[in-house]
Amino acid sequence: MYQYNDFDKAFVRERVDQFRAQVERRIDGSLTEDEFKPLRLMNGLYLQLHAYMLRVAIPYGTLNSAQMRQLAMIGDRWDKGYGHFTTRQNIQFNWPKLKDVPDMLDALADVGMHAIQTSGNTIRNVTADHFAGAAADEIADPRPIAELLRQWSTDHPEFQFLPRKFKIAVTGSPNDRAVTKAHDIGLRMVRNDAGEPGFEVIVGGGLGRTPVIGKVIREFLPQADLLPYVEAIVSVYNLLGRRDNKYKARIKITVMENGLETYRDLVEKRFAELRPEFTGVDQEILAEIEAQFAPPAFRETQVDNFEAARLANPAFHAWTDTNLAQHRATGYAIVSISLKAHGATPGDATGDQMRVLADLAERYGHDELRISHEQNVILPHVHKSDLPAIYQILHNHGLATANIGQISDIIACPGMDYCALATARSIPIAQEIATRFDELKLENEIGDLKIKISGCINACGHHHVGHIGILGLDRAGVENYQITLGGDATETAAIGERAGPGFSADEIIPAIERLIHAYLDLRVSEEETFLAAYRRLGAEPFKAALYPDKEKANAA
Amino acid sequence: MSRRPFTPKVVTANALLEGDAVWLTEDDRWTRDIAEAELIEDEAVADDRLLFAIAQPDVVVGAYLADAVLSQDGPAPAHFRETFRTRGPSNYAHGKQVGE
Repeated sequence: MYQYNDFDKAFVRERVDQFRAQVERRIDGSLTEDEFKPLRLMNGLYLQLHAYMLRVAIPYGTLNSAQMRQLAMIGDRWDKGYGHFTTRQNIQFNWPKLKDVPDMLDALADVGMHAIQTSGNTIRNVTADHFAGAAADEIADPRPIAELLRQWSTDHPEFQFLPRKFKIAVTGSPNDRAVTKAHDIGLRMVRNDAGEPGFEVIVGGGLGRTPVIGKVIREFLPQADLLPYVEAIVSVYNLLGRRDNKYKARIKITVMENGLETYRDLVEKRFAELRPEFTGVDQEILAEIEAQFAPPAFRETQVDNFEAARLANPAFHAWTDTNLAQHRATGYAIVSISLKAHGATPGDATGDQMRVLADLAERYGHDELRISHEQNVILPHVHKSDLPAIYQILHNHGLATANIGQISDIIACPGMDYCALATARSIPIAQEIATRFDELKLENEIGDLKIKISGCINACGHHHVGHIGILGLDRAGVENYQITLGGDATETAAIGERAGPGFSADEIIPAIERLIHAYLDLRVSEEETFLAAYRRLGAEPFKAALYPDKEKANAA
Repeated sequence: MSRRPFTPKVVTANALLEGDAVWLTEDDRWTRDIAEAELIEDEAVADDRLLFAIAQPDVVVGAYLADAVLSQDGPAPAHFRETFRTRGPSNYAHGKQVGE
């Protein structure tokens, strides 16, 4: 993976020093909050309901063991012994004190990490497929491109004050695990008829109060044109995007209001201006980056002990059924480690758990870890013969929950337990759903199901693209939960449809239960997933399950 | 156009250094216990007290008026968001609910 060069190190350290001085000036009264706020946001520091929150970038979700250990140390020393992994592959610390934040940033810089551009109207942390470099279905590892974009966008002088925040996602696989169609720019690696690598460029996707599936602005962009073309997209947005209305400022609105054709024409015009300025230095840098993402030396060993352990231990067998994905190398697997133990806070890991994960990566996983946007941790390169030992260690530390892709593997934003923007809580709803379906012992029977919960309309919990989405709102001073159905975050992306009136906190779990029982009754076979059944049948039978009283009233 | 009648308020903010919720008392202190806060029942006084809070940028951040009601112990939150601010998160015993 990418190692900071001297330039990166000096740049990040200089930013920490600047911020340290800014914090000092804020504390001694030289800076007002109005002056300080944009500075702290540029460095990922928010002020939430109960405390400051520091959002640390995990570029394209990739970490090594030293970095994970440092996150654990930071959580233990300056937070309350844990961290929260987010839907943008970042980590958030919920309890820092203002005076400690510069020290936290220095500790991050020690391991080549930072919190730059994790907030503000800038290009945010570039996200990528969490199986990058490992997935069997991959055309190429998207992370060198993501790293190139990180270097290009970090402190880019033209793009520090965009109309609104700007998010880019990259995938190297046809199976989209990076939600590219719900990003300001989504990049899908493809090959043209001549077999040359390039990108399908998707623009103007996003969730939030106006959910939009991104549109293809360029079907095939040669790899060498990537930076000038992306720069052209952002440059056009920077001038054309609205600054008069925060809710109409994202590029999705710019594209909708001007039309894709107009937007494309403007981008192509700007691209023609910019392209000659890119003389190939970017491609030289990309080649250097690519060398750092060379795949590890995979070994060829027997996997007999893996098969034997599967037969001998039903719990291990169940875990391998749900938590492994197909690796491109023979004998290897991609391991998803669930941070969704039933009843736990989705995405939270304690310092001790982070150290366990770091140890596993170092010992068994070529020193690589990933954070998924689904708030789990991935060991991307594990030889199957090591899985029984890994499972035992995970089990000993509460990390062996076998539920990846199932009903309790819920995405949830921090909601009103932490977030100042939230209109209702998300975490307790996720905890209760997971606990309830664990009690019912229905998870395996239900199979693939993605529930995503947001505590406000900004949709950090991706509820619009959940098979079942839950949106927490404030209805006349009471928490209220709206359900959407049929959303999809993958290459067949779709925005869920609102099912009807919302439910109170007491009613939402029984409502989900009715919905699931309806699905189990309606599906044609165990192979038909919730989403497939919904697509076949439409919303009506599911609405009937959610609102039985209304059905009775209609029948009467 | 009729205006909504004024409802009782407290002045609240986040502490600059710790970041946690604080409330303004009648004797111009910032308290971490809403029950000690000044319950303001007059709109003009509320505006005045809010200005007083905003004029302390070296102590608090983001001062605002929050609806409150009078309970046996003193002022109490009127809205669930404000209730959470007096307690802390519901997923861990962290924050004010455990005296932090």
